[in-house]
Parts: sequence; structure tokens; C-alpha cells
Amino acid sequence: TVMAAPMTNDQSWFYALALGVSFLKCLLINAYHSTDFEVHRNWLALTHSLPVSQWYYEATSEWTLDYPPLFAWFEYGLSHIACFFDKEMLVVPNLNYASPATVLFQRLSVIVADVVFFYAVKEYYNGFLFGVLLLSIARHCQNRHFEGAFLFSVLLNLKHIYLYIAPAYGIYLLRCFCFTQSNADGSLQWRSFSVVRLVILGTIVLSTFAVSFGPFIALGQLPQVLSRLFPFKRGLCHAYWAPNIWALYNIADKAFSILGVKFRLLDINKLPKASMTGGLVQEFQHSVLPSVSPLATLVCTLLSILPALFKIWHRPNGARGFLRCLVICALGSFMFGWHVHEKAIMMAILPLSLLAVDSRKDAGIFLMLSVTSHYSLFPLLFTTQELPIKIFLMLLFTIFSLASLKTLFRKGGALLNPLEVTYLLGLIPLELICEFVYPLTVWQKTFPFLPLMLTSVYCALGVTYAFIRLYISLLTCSDTTKKTKMQ
Amino acid sequence: MENWSLFSLCVLLGLTSRWAVSFHSYSGAGKPPMFGDYEAQRHWQEVTYNLPVHEWYFNTTNNDLNYWGLDYPPLTAYHSLVCAYVAKLLNPEWVELHASRGYESHSHKLFMRATVLFTDILIYIPAVLLYCFYFCDGSSKQKVATALCILLYPGLILIDYGHFQYNSVSLGLALWGILGLGLGWDLFGSLAFTLALNYKQMELYHSLPFFCYLLGKCIKQGLIGRGFFQLAKISLTVLVTFALCWMPFLSDPKQPLQVLHRLFPFGRGLFEDKVANTWCSLNVLIKIKTLLSRETQLFLSFALTLLFILPSSLKLLSKPNLWQFKLALVNSSLAFFLFSFQVHEKSILLAALPVCLVINEIPLIAIWFLLTSTFSMLPLLVKDGLLLPYVVTSLAFLFLSLYLLSALERSTEEELRLGLYRKLTRHWLPKLNLSRIIKWKFWFSLVAMAALSFTSVWLEPPAKFPDLFPVLVSILSFLHFLGFIIYFNLVQLMEPQRKKSQKKTN
Repeated sequence: TVMAAPMTNDQSWFYALALGVSFLKCLLINAYHSTDFEVHRNWLALTHSLPVSQWYYEATSEWTLDYPPLFAWFEYGLSHIACFFDKEMLVVPNLNYASPATVLFQRLSVIVADVVFFYAVKEYYNGFLFGVLLLSIARHCQNRHFEGAFLFSVLLNLKHIYLYIAPAYGIYLLRCFCFTQSNADGSLQWRSFSVVRLVILGTIVLSTFAVSFGPFIALGQLPQVLSRLFPFKRGLCHAYWAPNIWALYNIADKAFSILGVKFRLLDINKLPKASMTGGLVQEFQHSVLPSVSPLATLVCTLLSILPALFKIWHRPNGARGFLRCLVICALGSFMFGWHVHEKAIMMAILPLSLLAVDSRKDAGIFLMLSVTSHYSLFPLLFTTQELPIKIFLMLLFTIFSLASLKTLFRKGGALLNPLEVTYLLGLIPLELICEFVYPLTVWQKTFPFLPLMLTSVYCALGVTYAFIRLYISLLTCSDTTKKTKMQ
Repeated sequence: MENWSLFSLCVLLGLTSRWAVSFHSYSGAGKPPMFGDYEAQRHWQEVTYNLPVHEWYFNTTNNDLNYWGLDYPPLTAYHSLVCAYVAKLLNPEWVELHASRGYESHSHKLFMRATVLFTDILIYIPAVLLYCFYFCDGSSKQKVATALCILLYPGLILIDYGHFQYNSVSLGLALWGILGLGLGWDLFGSLAFTLALNYKQMELYHSLPFFCYLLGKCIKQGLIGRGFFQLAKISLTVLVTFALCWMPFLSDPKQPLQVLHRLFPFGRGLFEDKVANTWCSLNVLIKIKTLLSRETQLFLSFALTLLFILPSSLKLLSKPNLWQFKLALVNSSLAFFLFSFQVHEKSILLAALPVCLVINEIPLIAIWFLLTSTFSMLPLLVKDGLLLPYVVTSLAFLFLSLYLLSALERSTEEELRLGLYRKLTRHWLPKLNLSRIIKWKFWFSLVAMAALSFTSVWLEPPAKFPDLFPVLVSILSFLHFLGFIIYFNLVQLMEPQRKKSQKKTN
């Protein structure tokens, strides 16, 4: 029989999938483009038209440059190609300039950058930066540690959000690479410390930073750059609350204040006026629970990731343990960080997806986390035109991951327990209420941000649950080579 | 992967690409005073909602037939009426009599696109899925792959979700008809096809195969006895369906006459605009439009159409099985497209549907045809500003279908059914590798189509021939279609006994 055989060939399925995704992106070129579009247009303009010394001082647009210098150099490079599409987009005062050529250029550059992403996925088995992250992880797993370290330094200099996972990298490299051997039971062998490796690693990292920050240190602009990179003036929560601990904290505070006023425990006049459900990026106080300062969030974050770091120092489990620690660092920073954006959850999901194909427990946690966090991104696309697209894509992704993981772990029962299934199914009525029912009620005018609050609180529960489960699995996992996947 | 997940992924991909195309422009966007097909559909909602039934097809003070008068059968009118009720709920301005002419807004566009998606999900997509599930050979992966390729056929997506039409309704109903006939539910199949016919009169292109298939089946069951009863039941179903659809128009004998007058405008010429059929292409060399009289044109067109559909229909009559039926549908609709009167370029979709149904048996030729059919509509798509979706969907369809159906691997002489060609060349050129020739021709033709697409967009035509590129596109497509109609006729007529038995042969 001459029936199709290539379907079983994973390589070609991968290319088919990659091609399909790129085509879809091409079609969606005309779709709504968010403020990110204007952000990048502005950065293209200012790196192109202004001298280097002005880059971190420029403030014509509200979207000032707040990524590390290497990313600025990247935008500078891109701007030279942008010249050929439409010179007008590179004029700084052209705020919100969006000619068709501009849109086309931006989307195309994203698609081309995706090629890096696909290459990285291919090497190991959302965009260009995740590609570099994955590549770095891949190199570590292939024991090409110098390359991995270099890639990570590059990454850090491209987007400082990756600082979240720097501790995992640092501890892992120190433990597994600089100490060249472990004892038979996996514990540390102090005598095997290699100064050479430490020095080489240090050189790689420091030189990358030097190339990136060098010009700015020479100009004496380092404090300004750092103040742009870490703007603590912004509030505890982003405009649309990221589904982390602080969302739950805010909700609890609001609940207590309402209850307190109702039961006459608090005086309504003494409460601060600014409402956190206002949805704008401002600084405000909590009414009942203690206010949270940036320092407090930093301490919480460090506390949350310390046990994980200690665990891989004590008993590293090779690449798998490193990945797990990476995920926990990313998640911990997401959960407790200051002014976290929902997109940051992607940093945890990507490494987790690599773990998910190997262990059934991780597969279950991955499903929970990925579906929840994808749903939490829905408020970012709020036009009616995008509604079918986001629902279709969400369903596509959920069904695809569910079905593939199910096929992978065919034996041994269900991937998700009933509680998790109920939680995930609960997303459907939540979506129906927030997107369809609520806008038709009277409360839409008085409390317009209630659906967003509901979404972020519901998702925060899921994310917290995943975090706890991951921690338990890290702290209780015993040995390196035992594989939980049954062939 | 399990069946349900594969099928749902396939449907979701189809839906996503459809909605993504709908973001782009539509026919006549921002082009007063006449606008385009989009405005026509909106206007029909306005007319059917505000005017009584007996005025819909007549030229009155309230209903100016020159401004997009209704020229589809009653079912389209009823569909527009239902849409109009919904539109009235959302925003009455959309269907305000006279005042809403040329109404364009972002939310209105969303509404119109949503109506297309709704009917697509209701009628066309389930039909495709059921067809692949029941009538596709091979594993479930093969069925899903076929379903995906059919759903991603660019021509239908671009016309329905770009240009703006409701072809998915009529084609979907026709497909339900084919499904019914294939499963042995003759009455249901006849009902579905009659509804399709009452939605768009172009479905007449498919009517002869339906007739011959059912007649052939009844004859096989014995004209005296069961066969006769079956024939009677089918005829009754068809007549009753017609009566129900036309009921509001049967009160006054003038009504159906006027409707027919609107549906079949013989007053208009042999062809309009550039279309990839014989008359338009012939017109480039000899100006037949002006040379021959109206009657001669009609006669010539009728004769040639008949010439090309008779052999295929007679073969179907003698051997009524699903495979013959599908091929007869292809041949009949292609013949009508190439030789009939007043053909529009969008009518190629009527031929594309049956070709989609044979995509699993003859993948390479089917894919080739489907891409050519999309290419033949290029001038229309460029006029509507749909160049980007055209390129992306065509490329995506090309790569995905070639890969998923392993079209290039399944192209031996036997699979391409080149039996007759082999017989003809056996004496003079025995060493000819026909399979390789076909593949070379395939790639060469794709390159030609791509090159012509590129030039017609980027280059300016010379001042002496402003219509150069649309004419070239039409002629190139015409030559391809001529080759295809010969090929499909040969495949149907020279068909030996099929070695594989069909799932449900009747």
C-alpha cells in the first residue's frame, strides 16, 4: 500500500509546524498591534537618529528605553534595515507613526527573529530572546558550558528580566562546572574546585557586560541607565494585574477593607482614596494589610528561591535538576516580584515544557501552568476582532499539548487529577462571564476592571498551586538517572 | 494522537486561517458609488427586511434593481432576511432603507464577517469532516490530513472571507447532497442539493451529474418496481422542496417569471470582464462578442457545453458509483465554466469543490488544479486588496498539502491514471517517463503562475495594453483548465474496474 509514511518522521512534522506558524503570523500582520509596536518604533527611531550619549536620556515619548544596552545595539542594527521600508518611522517626534510599511517591517522582523527561536528548539529538541535562552540551556545540557554561559550573558544584556533566573545559572555553574567532580552519593567534593574554570567563566561573563555597558560607563551614565532599567517608581502591580501573590494580596486587602467598613471596624474616611482597581500604573497604599515596598518583594523573592538553590548546591541532578531550579527561580520571581508583567510567566513555561516531555508529574504541572497563564494573557488582546483568534489559538494550544502529552504518557492513568480538571474547565465559564455576560450588565460602567481582577485572581490560584507542586517535586526528587516516563 | 484531538486541531486551524483572512479588505471597500459584493449583501439585508416579499425582485421606487438588485434565488433572500433581523438588533442603522447605502464601519464589518463564519461552521465544515470521515481511505491520520487540506483550500477562503460571499452555504449544501447520495440516503441528498440549487442558481452546473446518478441508480434497481418507486419519491422530494422555497412567489404568475428573469439575464453578453473560459480567451484572437449575433453565441455555447458534458453524464448513467459521480461533477462544472454563458471567475469554485473530493485519490493533479483555480482569480483578488492573504494561503496550501498527502511520492503512472496517455505514446515514444514529465510540468506551471502574479503586481502594464496582465492570467488559467478537463474526462471514461472496493458503493 502506498499510504503516507512521512507522518511518523518527527523532523518533518517539526518543519511543517514551524512553517504553519510562520504563515499564520504573516496573515495576522494586519491585526491589532499593541503599544509594544509604538515602543519598538520609538526605540528604532531614537537609536537611529540620536548619538549614543543621548539614548538613555531621551524622553520625547513616554516609552523610554528601559532595556539593557545590548538590546539598544540590536535596535540600532535593525534601524538600518528599517530605512529601506519607511524613513519616516525613524523620526523621533513621529509618535504613534504606523504606516503600512512600518507595520510590515515590524512584523517581518519578528518573524525573522523567530528563525532563531526555531533553530534553538531544534537544537534541544515566543520570540527571539526565548530562542537565545533555550539555546543557552541546550548548550548546558550538551555540556558545552562555556557557550551556555556566554549565551546567557548575552541574554542578560539583551533583557534584564532574565536577572530572575541568574541565581539558578550562577549556582549551577559554580556547583557543577567549577567543582569538576562529585562524590559517589552526589554531594560536594571540595577538593575538586577548579580555579581555571571559574576564571574563564568570569571572563566570559564580565567581557559580555563590558561590551554592552562599556560605552555608557565611559560616558559616566551608569546610574541613569540603571534607573531606566529598574524603575521602582512604578507600582506594585502592572496595569492589568499579573496573576501572582500580590494579586491575591490586593484582593484580600480589598475584601478586608470592605468587610471592615461594613462591620464598622474601620472608618471609611481614614482609608486612602486611590483605588487599586483603577487599573492605572500608580503607587498606592494598601488599606488594611501592610503596604509592600520594593525591598520587601526582593526579600520575598530571594526567600522563595533559596531552598531550590540550596537543593541543587547540595544534590545537583544534572541537567534536569538545573532546569527544575531554573523554572522555580523564574516562577518565584514572577510570584513575588515588583511590577511583574504577565508576559514574564513565559520564562517559567518554556523550560518547564522541556521537562514536561520527560516526566509525567512535570507534564501535569506544565499543563496546569501553561493553560492558566495563556488564559491570563487574554486581557492583553481586548478588541472584538481578536476574540475568535485568541479563543481558537488557545484551544489549539491546549488540545495540542494535552493530546501530545497524553500520547507520550499513555500508560499510568490520567495526567491531571479531578481537582485540576475542574479548575481548568472553570476557565470556560470565567471567559463567558468576563467577555460576554459582564459587558451587558450595569456594573460594566461602575466597575469596569472587575473582569480583569477576576481573571487575574483566578489565574493566580492556578499559578500558586503549580509553584507549590513544583517545589514539592524538587525537594522530594531523589535520584538523577531514574526516569519516571514509562516506555 | 487520538481522533477527536486531531480533528479538532484540524478544524481550529481551518477556523483560525479563515478569521485571519477576514481581517483584510473586502470587495468594494471605500469605493463609492457602487462599492462591491459586500455592499450588495448588505443591501439585500436592507431590501428583504424593509420591503414586502412581492417587491423583492421587482423594480419599484423603493427598490432600484440597478443598484445591486437581487439576482440569486429565494433562499439567499431568506438568509439575508435572517441576517437583517440580527443586524437590526445590533444597530438599526445598518439596514435603514435608503439611508444605509454604502454604510461602512469597523463593527459592521465584524458583523458581516461573523455571519459568514457562522454559516460556515454550521454547514460547510461539518460536511467536509463527515465526508473525510466516511469516504476517505486510509488511517485516521490520512483522513484528518485530507480534511485539513480541503479546509485550507485558498480559493474558497479568499472569496468568502476576503471578497465577501456566502459560497460556503451553497457549496456546503451541495456537499451534504453528495454525502447523502454516497451514504445511500437518496431523499436526504436530493433535498440538500435542491436547497443548494435554491440558494445559488450556479449549482445548476452540478445538477446533471446528480440527475444522472440518481436515474442510473433507479434504473439499476429496475425501472418497473423498486426503481420506479425510488424515482417517484425523489421527484416528489425535489418538487416539494422547490414549492416550499418558492411559496411566497407562487401567488401571482408574474412573480416566478420575474425571479427567473433576474436569475438568468440572457440580456447580458457572452461574458463580462476577464474570465478564464473559452469565449474570453478566444475573444483575444477573434472578436466573437461582436462578430456573431446573440442567437449564434447562445447556440454555440449551448452546443459546446453539451458536447463536453454528454460523454461524462452517459458514463455516470451506466455506472452510478461514488467515484464516477465525483468525476462527473468535476467534468460537468468545468465544462459549464469553460463554455457556458455569462460565467464569472468565481464560478471556478463550483469545479474546485468536487476536485477537493478527489484530492486523496489523485493528490498531485488535484493540488495543481486547486492552485490554478486560486491563481485564475488573481485580478479580482488584487482589485480587492487581498494580495497578501492570496500569497500566504496559496503557499501554505501548496506546502502543507504536498507534504501531508505525499503528493510527489504518490505520482507513479498508475496512480496518476495516465493509462490512456501511456497507450497513445507507447508506439512512438516507449521510453517516455510520463510521471516525470507531469512533475516537471507541475513545477514549471507553478513557477509561471508565481512569476505572472509577481509581475502583475509590481510592474506597470504598457500603455497600449492596460489590461495585459489580467488577460495573461486568464489565458494561462484557461490553457490549464482545458488540459484538466481533458484529463478528468479521460480518467472518468477510461476507468477500468476499480481494484479497491469503495466503502459504500451503491
